[in-house]
Amino acid sequence: MSLSLLELNNISVSFEGFLALNKLNLTLQQGELRAVIGPNGAGKTTFLDVITGKVIPNSGEVIFKGNSILGIREHRIARLGIGRKFQSPRVFEKLTVYENLALSVSKPKRPWSTLFGKLNKIQRDQINHLMNIVNLQSRSNISAGLLSHGQKQWLEIAMLVGQDPDLLLVDEPVAGLTDEESDLTADLLKSLSGNHTILVIDHDMEFIRRLESPVTVLHQGHVLCEGSMSDIQIDPQVIEVYLGQQEEGSK
Amino acid sequence: MKNSFTNKRLFSFLVWAAIIAAIIAAPSILPVFRLNLLGRYLSLAIVALGVDLIWGYTGLLSLGQGIFFALGGYCAAMFLQLNSATNFPNQIPEFFGLYGVQQLPFFWEPFRSSLFTLLAIWIVPASVAAILGFLVFRNRIKGVYFSILTQAALLVFFNFFNGQQKLINGTNGLKTDVTLLFGQMVGSDSMQRYFFWITAVLVILAWFFARWIVRDRFGNILIAIRDDEARVRFTGYNPTLFKTIVFAIAGGLAGISGALYTIQSGIVSPQFMTVPFSIEMVIWVAVGGRGTLLGAILGAVIINYAKSLVSEALPASWMFIQGGLFILVVTALPEGVLGWMQSDGPRNLLSRLGVRRPLSTYPGLEERGKDEVKL
Amino acid sequence: MQLILESLFNGLAIGSVLLIAALGLAIVFGLMGVINLAHGELMMLGAYSTYVTQLIFKLTPLKQFYNSYVIVSLVVAFVVTAVVGIVLERSIIKRLYGRPLETLLATWGVSLILQQFVRSVPLAYASGLICTILIGLIFHIILPKNSLTYSQARIAKVSSWVFSILLGLLSANWLSSSISKLGRASARNVDVTAPSWMRGGFDLWNITFPVTRIVIIVITIIAVFSVTWFLKQSVWGMRIRAVTQNRSMSECLGISTETVDVLTFGIGSGLAGIAGVAVSLLGSVGPNVGGNYIVGCFMVVVLGGVGNLLGTIIASFSIGIMTDLIGAGRLLTIWPDMPAPLATTVDFFATTSMARVLIFALIVAFLQFRPSGLFPQKGRMVEG
Repeated sequence: MSLSLLELNNISVSFEGFLALNKLNLTLQQGELRAVIGPNGAGKTTFLDVITGKVIPNSGEVIFKGNSILGIREHRIARLGIGRKFQSPRVFEKLTVYENLALSVSKPKRPWSTLFGKLNKIQRDQINHLMNIVNLQSRSNISAGLLSHGQKQWLEIAMLVGQDPDLLLVDEPVAGLTDEESDLTADLLKSLSGNHTILVIDHDMEFIRRLESPVTVLHQGHVLCEGSMSDIQIDPQVIEVYLGQQEEGSK
Repeated sequence: MKNSFTNKRLFSFLVWAAIIAAIIAAPSILPVFRLNLLGRYLSLAIVALGVDLIWGYTGLLSLGQGIFFALGGYCAAMFLQLNSATNFPNQIPEFFGLYGVQQLPFFWEPFRSSLFTLLAIWIVPASVAAILGFLVFRNRIKGVYFSILTQAALLVFFNFFNGQQKLINGTNGLKTDVTLLFGQMVGSDSMQRYFFWITAVLVILAWFFARWIVRDRFGNILIAIRDDEARVRFTGYNPTLFKTIVFAIAGGLAGISGALYTIQSGIVSPQFMTVPFSIEMVIWVAVGGRGTLLGAILGAVIINYAKSLVSEALPASWMFIQGGLFILVVTALPEGVLGWMQSDGPRNLLSRLGVRRPLSTYPGLEERGKDEVKL
Repeated sequence: MQLILESLFNGLAIGSVLLIAALGLAIVFGLMGVINLAHGELMMLGAYSTYVTQLIFKLTPLKQFYNSYVIVSLVVAFVVTAVVGIVLERSIIKRLYGRPLETLLATWGVSLILQQFVRSVPLAYASGLICTILIGLIFHIILPKNSLTYSQARIAKVSSWVFSILLGLLSANWLSSSISKLGRASARNVDVTAPSWMRGGFDLWNITFPVTRIVIIVITIIAVFSVTWFLKQSVWGMRIRAVTQNRSMSECLGISTETVDVLTFGIGSGLAGIAGVAVSLLGSVGPNVGGNYIVGCFMVVVLGGVGNLLGTIIASFSIGIMTDLIGAGRLLTIWPDMPAPLATTVDFFATTSMARVLIFALIVAFLQFRPSGLFPQKGRMVEG
């Protein structure tokens, strides 16, 4: 029947009385690329925290591949096939680029196999392939901490892809990137959709426009509206809470 | 830059050559008293390797390694006592008689077997560490909380062992130097020489073991847990499991170390579980260089040897020196001596003294990247 | 009933010592994220300053006020340990903010040095040193800064320190010549004798309440209330809380974070000094006296949760009451016909040290349900 990969039903989260998410509903289809935007404090990051198991909602349901994943620990959710890229790049700075990717590619992720097992040919090829995609092959033996901000962003995206998740949650992938870099990132994400389901959160309207994907607008913890970029740009509600101010500012 | 890579190799090769030469030469140069001291300090290097694994690599500062150290010591000492108690009534060690105990407490019974003891020396402390670690890590208790809890656990074990005369001879501990092994007195010079060799070999084996642990992805995950545990979780690894395993490994190493130390010092007592001793273990690693296994070994041996020399000459000053060492290494030398040598420490010092150093710039970095891809 | 009341009182007494000892530790940990392993040694210094104060009050001009030396020593101990704490903060801890494990190791180093210092330096000279630092600090604060030119300021600074060193030497000399006990270094324990009004007990409902214990409870209550008032009501308390919550924002608003650090650490250390006074009234004072209390303090901090005074208070008293119930074997007296297997178990733990074992086990069990202690910090930013 329905091909929906992820369903959020009536999710509410409150932090000491502050409602971060308020009866949020959202459905993602298999292979979809979806952008989520919203002003500061709209609950974008909390909403990722709920999906990845970091925050347990006060009410509501999270359904992934037909099963509820509420209350499952983070690492198990990750193994089920949900990968996450953090707002500011979080790579393992003391490890080299290669080692970072090796950790994300290696499977199974149990202690014994990391201690006794070796990466097989396919996995090594995949690491090289990933480094090629994000253009880091010449940096493979450099500590990730020495990379530039943009390279770290890309390394983290590569790590995310290396985990081979069904659902990629990408939080502000172009924060602090140059225009060319963010264009490349947009193309990269577009090329990944289809095989993967991707949810992108960002502030950068140019970037979102370039993704050419359906857009969901969050406001005060719930979905304000959904639609294509051109649709929501003319939506009066959206203009009021978000775009309106920005459009004025840019003019 | 490539140069520095081979330099590093050469450096650790030289250090190893020096260590092995020293170990081989020591028995013929040093009087037995000094040799015995060196043997003890070498055995402490094994517990230091464990501390390096959990603190240097994984970022878990345990202030309670003395627990596992003492457990290993008690296992070894009880075996020796039982082994030489054949002449006493009920074939139980003499001290039990003092407290009117007629029957060996049941949990000591298997320690009549040498095979069992050899296993227990590391399995018992490792299991205790695993249980304690799991209970703590499961709840994501970390950082200073973990340190405080391990220190409290240490004190608790100390109190417990101190108070149980009827089970383990309480505060007096178990003596080993007058016990027999293979018909020989454990405290005798010839036995102590053997123990020195055994310790030296075990230190090297322990180094290889620790090296193997940290060499590949397992070690990388430990480092990753230290730097960003939450990220590790979202990558699909379970940090609790990894931390428990590495804590248990460190516990097992501590047990082996404690057993070796016990047979060379002639006694195990609750004094092995005092707070200062366990914190000292951390400073050996800190001075040697955390995250460098070799540094842990060198730190343990050198600091302890210095301690015995200084305490013989100026008894009161060691506390000042040690306290100063803690402060100095933390504020001025966080990478430890070996880490400082391996990074650009000596060259920085030289350049401060006026010797110019070749500049490495970003293109240099680029070259290094290309070079090492080919390697 | 009487038994329960008595053990409640005993528990309260043990708990209040724990609380006063843990209070400073908890404040410094909660507000600055610093675990101070030298806290026990600061308590030891507080206890020694009580001892010195007591000896000074035996000299002729002050002899008539001997009975009130305890009150004076509270002030002295607070000032002495606060000064040592401030020196510690400025010289070492400020370099280590944000690195809690390193701070822990460095403060351990400090505790070793302090212990050995008390052993090998005569108390008279130690007091002189503290006088010097104190007077120097006071000059540092009161000297006008803006009205002086650079060279004038330098001269003022140097001469103020020379003056304080002279005063310190003078006081050290005076102490060592007038009280010969203070002139020699000694590693031996010393005893603080309580003034006559604090000896003996206070009878009520056929129970004797030792006056020392009551005094300690009162000191604790006053300390807790003044700390709470200071943090919640005063301007500097508000600044301290602001810096804890957002350091850089506070700096932008013109709060001197350095002063806040010094103040917080000074108060935390000063409280250790007051705890030292309490400790000196309970037993003999030696270089190792702090070590006996520090682990109990840690248990309180772990059980109570970070940055929550209420948690610290409840944790101290529950640990205190449990220690008394288990350690003194009082459970058996309260409930004599306990079933035999239970009675053996209770008996097994019926010493102070075994009670600690059991309490530790209970705390670890408790942490399985409430990993962040009794009152965890809430909010979305707790784990990064």
